Amino acid sequence: MTKLVSLTIDGKQVTVPEGTLFVDAAKRVGIDIPVFCYHPKMEPVGMCRMCLVDVGRPMIDRATGQPVMDENGAPKIQFGAKLDTACTTPVSEGMVVIGASDKVKAARKDIVEFILTSHPLDCPVCDKGGECPLQNLTMAYGPGETRFLYDDKLHLAKQVPLGELIYLDRERCIQCGRCVRFQDEIVDDPVIGFFNRGRSLEIVTHSDPGFDSVFSGNTTDICPVGALTTADFRFGARPWELKSTSSICSQCPVGCNITFNVRREAASGGKTVIKRVMPRQNETVNEIWICDKGRFGYHYTESDDRLTTPLIRKNGELTPASWDEALGLVASRFSAAGEGLLTLGSGRLSNEDLFNLRQLTEGVKGKAALYTHMAGGDLTAQVGVAPGTDFGEMGKGTAILVAASDLYEEAPIWFLRIKQAAERGATLIVANARPTKLEAYASHVIRYRYGAEAETIAAMTVDRGPTTVAGHPSSVADASKAFAEAENAVILFGSDGLGLEGSQALSAACANLLVATRHVGRANNGLVGVWSRANDQGAWDMGLRPLTVDRRPELQSAKAIYVVAADPFGDDPGLLATFNLQPATFLVVQDLFLTETARRADVVLPAQAFTEREGAYTSGERRVQRFYPAAPARPDTWPDFAITAQIAQKMGSILEGRVPAAVFTQIAATVAAYAGLSYRKLAETNDQWPSVGSGVRRKGLYFSGTAYENKQGVGIHLPLSPTPLPPVNMQSFHLQGEGLLAVPVTCLYDRGQTVYPSALLHQRIGEVWVALHPADAERLGVVANSRVSLTLGGAEFDATARLDESVPQGVALIPRSMGIPINGPEAVEIRAGERVVL
Amino acid sequence: MTEHLLLRHRDIPNIDQLDIYQQHGGFDAFRKAVTTMQPDAVIDLVKASGLRGRGGAGFPTGMKWAFTDKKNWPHYVVCNADESEPGTFKDREIMERNPFQFLEGVMITAYAVQANLAYVYLRGEFWQIASQLDRQIAELEAAGILGDKLFGADYSLRLRTHLGAGAYICGEETAMLESIEGKLGQPRLRPPFPPSFGLFGKPTVVNNVETLTNVPLIVARGAEWYRSFGTDKSPGVKVFSLSGCINRPGNYELPLGATFRELIVGRGLGVPFGHKIKAIMPAGASSSLIVATDEALNTPMDYESVPKVGAQLGSASVIVIDDSVDIRWLLDKTLHFFKHESCGKCTPCREGTYWMSHLAERIASDHAAQAEVDLLYSVASQIKGKCLCALGEFSIEAVLSGIERFKEDFVS
Ligand SMILES: Cc1cc2nc3c(=O)[nH]c(=O)nc-3n(C[C@H](O)[C@H](O)[C@H](O)COP(=O)(O)O)c2cc1C
Ligand code: SF4
Ligand code: SF4
Ligand code: SF4
Ligand code: FES
Repeated sequence: MTKLVSLTIDGKQVTVPEGTLFVDAAKRVGIDIPVFCYHPKMEPVGMCRMCLVDVGRPMIDRATGQPVMDENGAPKIQFGAKLDTACTTPVSEGMVVIGASDKVKAARKDIVEFILTSHPLDCPVCDKGGECPLQNLTMAYGPGETRFLYDDKLHLAKQVPLGELIYLDRERCIQCGRCVRFQDEIVDDPVIGFFNRGRSLEIVTHSDPGFDSVFSGNTTDICPVGALTTADFRFGARPWELKSTSSICSQCPVGCNITFNVRREAASGGKTVIKRVMPRQNETVNEIWICDKGRFGYHYTESDDRLTTPLIRKNGELTPASWDEALGLVASRFSAAGEGLLTLGSGRLSNEDLFNLRQLTEGVKGKAALYTHMAGGDLTAQVGVAPGTDFGEMGKGTAILVAASDLYEEAPIWFLRIKQAAERGATLIVANARPTKLEAYASHVIRYRYGAEAETIAAMTVDRGPTTVAGHPSSVADASKAFAEAENAVILFGSDGLGLEGSQALSAACANLLVATRHVGRANNGLVGVWSRANDQGAWDMGLRPLTVDRRPELQSAKAIYVVAADPFGDDPGLLATFNLQPATFLVVQDLFLTETARRADVVLPAQAFTEREGAYTSGERRVQRFYPAAPARPDTWPDFAITAQIAQKMGSILEGRVPAAVFTQIAATVAAYAGLSYRKLAETNDQWPSVGSGVRRKGLYFSGTAYENKQGVGIHLPLSPTPLPPVNMQSFHLQGEGLLAVPVTCLYDRGQTVYPSALLHQRIGEVWVALHPADAERLGVVANSRVSLTLGGAEFDATARLDESVPQGVALIPRSMGIPINGPEAVEIRAGERVVL
Repeated sequence: MTEHLLLRHRDIPNIDQLDIYQQHGGFDAFRKAVTTMQPDAVIDLVKASGLRGRGGAGFPTGMKWAFTDKKNWPHYVVCNADESEPGTFKDREIMERNPFQFLEGVMITAYAVQANLAYVYLRGEFWQIASQLDRQIAELEAAGILGDKLFGADYSLRLRTHLGAGAYICGEETAMLESIEGKLGQPRLRPPFPPSFGLFGKPTVVNNVETLTNVPLIVARGAEWYRSFGTDKSPGVKVFSLSGCINRPGNYELPLGATFRELIVGRGLGVPFGHKIKAIMPAGASSSLIVATDEALNTPMDYESVPKVGAQLGSASVIVIDDSVDIRWLLDKTLHFFKHESCGKCTPCREGTYWMSHLAERIASDHAAQAEVDLLYSVASQIKGKCLCALGEFSIEAVLSGIERFKEDFVS
């Protein structure tokens, strides 16, 4: 245990761990020391000099080593000649710190005055105005008048794009370095930096494209002025006009807590619209950060292409219809289908939606399936990470195995948290067929060939295996030893290069390894699925299971298919081609958009986006978290659970369709792991450090930035199912064939329905591509960045070839959801495109 | 004084040739240290000599070496050859004309702290000196004086030169370390100090060129001998760079404790054109202005005495100002320098030097009211004691002392 020391701050007695910085010690007892450059998540740099305080230490008699006492028997305190920066001074026993004296107040006034001499003070047009630390600290500590001659003012560029997402106003920058340090220290994407010196010091980007980091938006939250703004929000609204709603990011399984800021505005025809997405503090999930996909990807919810009315196929055409007619038709056909009803729902849906889907389907003895390319959600329910798990606590003594996942692309905030755990001393093992960014922090790297994922993890169970990676002096044997011997161990498995079949084998191997090494049933131990959707775990928990690998038999034999929040025929046109959707099969699609599948449907039902309604998601760590309605719903749309309930009602069974909380109560009564949970419980909060910006008191704005305080729930981590896990039967799985093998990989920014409508991201998404090793490319006569055509699953596609040494030879990487359908590894043929001859 | 200790080329022609240097005992001290002395014994010897840093702060050199953290390896030695203080040009003469004695000093230092790699960091404008040193380093390697297993002992040493890119701040030791690491030259927070956390985070000794050029003679002739020069608390000799309004500017090697009068009148032959000496800046642009009274001229130039007349000895680059100079003009020049050289890392210096420079420009051009002089004084005062490194604190010395001590120049 760390030693505690006592000190006095402005007369208040404080006891904190030795080494605590004075600025933090003060904050913990509610004393605000103004800061600009200090940020509680980063190492102090002492640059801005705003935090000056008067520090006194007990006088020590050189001869005796004892404190010198004054006439009253109290230790004599000696103050330094100069003031000290509170952000760089660690506390020590008996220290006396004064932050409220005239001397200190004068010093703060001096520093604010200096900053203002080269600040444009364009608060009336500044996006930060209203939530600006500089504004607030000027009001609190600054001078009332300027002594600086306006003619001497420096004028600098005010709209400098650091990239297409983040803009810099050079005049407003106060050179605090928070943005640079965030990129260097916290996320290790050192793509921005200072250039030049003195008053010419400026923030520049070193990357192409500019500010190339998926965490870039966070710098706008911690920038203490309006120097950094997002392309999304700049000039969009004034902070005080915004209303805020708590929500959960729906883009990946991390489940980052977010806040939607909305405003009713003339610019949108009097409608209430989302103006921006902000991180909401949850120190066990996302701390105070979110990734740029979460921040900028929400625009699909407000797309003009959203479905706004039910459609019924009449005379071969989808025609607008009334809800009553559509629901009636659907209900009668579903009743008729009976056990021939196949429901296909995805992890984009909330638990309430999924629960009702299953109730409806099983009511007629149909089958409720999960639309996914990943397996193992049943295993995570048994050997998942137990309550109390916190990546933020992991360090020495914990082993983290990341298998078949490119975390930076699949779940950015987990990438961040695991990188930091590794930096704190956790043993990070990265197993993948190709190098990924996370390897830089790994103590063991295991490289296998695509297809050998499960085999490799299984080899770790028996503590053998010769695989070594050039440049990494460790082997599977070393890694398995480190894993087995670690006090705590976690496995995250993803789907890099995998389809459902491979995922089944891999998840089983991972579960077996955890059981074999007794890393189950405890906090900070267990299995985490890096699912492709926010609520895949919830879908498994609600009882939905994937279709078979082939899928065709189930689809073929169904009499009615109810596709909710999924686009199987859009994702895989080949699926439609290779089996015959029987004319008699009744296809119902419930979605936000007229997807490829919807175009073929008999009935299309318009659903509400998660921003328009309430619900709960279960994250990959199995934390159940609530989201709240942020924006008004489109007229004539309904939340998915309500639509399902109305269909059920017309089929003669009663499902809760009005109040999501009531559906959740039923979940709690039915699904064992959710027993005892309620919306009220999910809304509970706890004390979090550091205090953050928003909220009524805004006490943390200057300290941590504009992340929102968590006032509507930190969520609840589910207990594990008590059934002990028998060794899982691992089906062997082998890739066959010769020639080039195409494997699917995930990239953060893709052309998916819930990303692409954010036009802001188009530059990052880019063209559809396929990545090859240069040697393969040469063999095929393919030049870097040229167009190629490929034959995959019997269909033809065009793409841009990326040449990349890190791609294993004999393999072509194909990004998911970018336009080339790919479910799992399969043979591909690639031909150089025609060269344009001039 | 009969003999130069640092500017030995003035006594011995061609001492910049390796063989000539060796004929005069060159590298005997290094060999003696490596083959017969424990590293700590070298440190103790330098401690006993009382040698203090000549880069400005006058910190006891042996004590600094003894601070190198022996639990953390490797160690580095970095020699500060940035010499960017206006009015300072002593290191340049040493490196150009007496390079081997300088290099030997670096090498003995490296041995004393058991560093196997030492850097010489030169300001960018010294690129010719750098290539000259590179040639001389190569000569030493060829001669077996630098390299592996020196003199049969279990000690290896390499030297490297590194050029800056034209920033005064890179003379500040931690900014210099950042610069060598390839980063933006900005000072680090101290503590930790370089002897515990220096180059690449490893324990590092940083010393000035002149400081280290003393070391070979101390090792060769002993601490007692060295203490026979200078004063009790400031032993040894010092190269004073004399410039400004002076008949014979240049470098003069004198024992510490010699008076300003000995330097300015005795060596520099006073101010030209019958003008009267008005002020002295003893430490280049970073100095307070000393009013050149008789008392001041009789003040010994050592680390203890100069503060008594309201300044610091610093790098001992003595700039003489005569009565033809308007102090307002001087402040304008000085502040322009600091504004230009502020690294910008901390607020008071970045903004304060900018502001002061604008004020001083107006004051010097006679366009300012008394209120602006007061404002300048006030701005300088509010910078005081708040900066991250000494550059910002230096930037106000001339301003405060100039306005306080030369009031008549500011009455318009
Ligand atoms: C702004 C600034 C500039 C400096 N420039 C130099 C320089 O050019 N040469 C130098 O030796 N020391 C310079 N110093 C002092 C160094 O930081 C350091 O104290 C010195 O190199 C230590 O060597 P010494 O102990 O041998 O004097 C400078 C310090 C400051 C604050
Ligand atoms: S842009 Fe903002 S965060 Fe970055 S240095 Fe400037 S003020 Fe600080
Ligand atoms: S890491 Fe995942 S949950 Fe978090 S903001 Fe990004 S996409 Fe959303
Ligand atoms: S005092 Fe000046 S030179 Fe030193 S760190 Fe601050 S800005 Fe940079
Ligand atoms: S120097 Fe302490 S907050 Fe900036």
